[in-house]
Amino acid sequence: MKFCVCIKQVPDVQATVQTGRMVLNAYDASAVEEALVLNASNEDPVDLVLVGGPTATETIRKALAMGASDATHLVTEDVADSHAIAELLAAHFQAHNYDVILTGKQSQDSDAGLAGSMLAERLGLPYATNAVGLAAEGSTLIVTRQGDAGQEIIALETPCVVTCSNDMNNPRIPALKGIMAAKRKQIATQEVVTPAPRSTVTETTDPPGREPGIKIEGEPAEMVADLVRRLDAEAGVI
Amino acid sequence: MSSILVFCSVQDHRIKRSSLEAMSRARHVAQENGVPVEAVILGSDASTLVPEAAQYGASRVYTISNPLFNAHLNAPVVSALDAVLKQVQPRMLVAASTEAVKDVLGALAVRSNAAVLPDVASFEWNGDTISCQRPVLAAKKMAATSTRHPLVFVSVRSGSYEATEAPVDGQEVAVPFEFDTASLGITLREIVSQAGDTVDLSEARVVVAAGRGVRDESGRQLVQELADITGAAIGASRAVVETGLFPATAQIGQTGKVVSPDLYFAVGISGAVQHTAGMANSRIIVAINKDPDAPIFDVATYGLVGDCFTILPLLNAALKEALA
Repeated sequence: MKFCVCIKQVPDVQATVQTGRMVLNAYDASAVEEALVLNASNEDPVDLVLVGGPTATETIRKALAMGASDATHLVTEDVADSHAIAELLAAHFQAHNYDVILTGKQSQDSDAGLAGSMLAERLGLPYATNAVGLAAEGSTLIVTRQGDAGQEIIALETPCVVTCSNDMNNPRIPALKGIMAAKRKQIATQEVVTPAPRSTVTETTDPPGREPGIKIEGEPAEMVADLVRRLDAEAGVI
Repeated sequence: MSSILVFCSVQDHRIKRSSLEAMSRARHVAQENGVPVEAVILGSDASTLVPEAAQYGASRVYTISNPLFNAHLNAPVVSALDAVLKQVQPRMLVAASTEAVKDVLGALAVRSNAAVLPDVASFEWNGDTISCQRPVLAAKKMAATSTRHPLVFVSVRSGSYEATEAPVDGQEVAVPFEFDTASLGITLREIVSQAGDTVDLSEARVVVAAGRGVRDESGRQLVQELADITGAAIGASRAVVETGLFPATAQIGQTGKVVSPDLYFAVGISGAVQHTAGMANSRIIVAINKDPDAPIFDVATYGLVGDCFTILPLLNAALKEALA
């Protein structure tokens, strides 16, 4: 199956200290990995598309180094919300045909989780979100998605859109050969105009903490007796 | 007339607690703005759940009583909610941020031409602006986000508000709905429930969650025993899910489920922000960890420093006696 993975450059949220380092969105990395695994035994492409500023080239090279085929960079410096990203991606896919469009279930910067299903709706394609497993069955894609109670096994006719969980796989670390090959690859670039966002972030603050609690100390048996008493008398939960 | 419409998720023939929490907040916001709060319910049970929605303040309840909605599949839900939105024309659609809601919100926003404030910790409506606080950057920051779009969807994280009753006479409005399932391009083959899924994690009143400190099968059994004694659902951190000791469905945190029980046991969980993002709304948090500096103690109501293999057998025996 012909895959295209929509990827995004985001701040490195895993780092304990924020240094401004930008990385490939972890959920998108899982999507790239899954497409590469599914196409490992054939010659079908795993292409990439990214919406973002000029410095995002580095992130595209990272995904190319994992083994992706070709990449398109839709270049815009403007702040884009999920609606704007989905609109720009939809325009790209109107000119390029794929069997399966993959993306991460959300991006680590805004954690909105909307762009994938917005894109599917704009393209009029069936879709699944929060996938933890993919398998091809003829021209049908079998998606295992994490639902509210249990995992839902869904059959999607292609072409379709799927958003991927990072529980799907462990994305490969690019080998030197892949990194060298990625450096030589041409990235198609196209300047785009970001549609006006429908919502805006007005302020970012530290999350509120909880009230400090009580550390129960002593011998294990004493601690447990004290805890059970407090759960009953103080907290009223047992 | 403008209103706030609340989409009620149904499970086990009841409206989900997280939906009732969202409805309680929607009712306050609606009162402040002098508009009614209304509800929409999909599924075979829809009509029988009208009184429950009215108990929480829904003056009008739009129902589509169709078994198509008894198991979640995105395409028919998007079409149904779009049909109801076109009929009701509310200012906002409010829902609990469940996996099923996350699955449809983006597509529905395109179909119904709405702005979305997803997965919020709080929201308000002042004049022509609807605003919220929502966790971003893997819950390391809160972003104040606002919109003036004429139709706004808000999905609310579980445990953000209390579910409070405010009974009214609820009027049912059955919405006609026809759907051609053959043209979907999507079919649900089966739902796989794993062992330990018997109590729904996101709705449970007590949760016992295991972390890397629960290293092996004997640790897992101690956790299971504590859950059996307290009638709890079992959760897990991402680290311990990766070892295969607990199923992925049990994962709590920014990338897993968000839970807000009355009582949360964090057993051998270090408490990285990616995990606490999924449980910090719990009322009482008990943390058991042998590392006195583990960040889980910063959010715990009661912290016990010790090895869970020593503490749990004692705790299980003590709770068994206390609850007998």
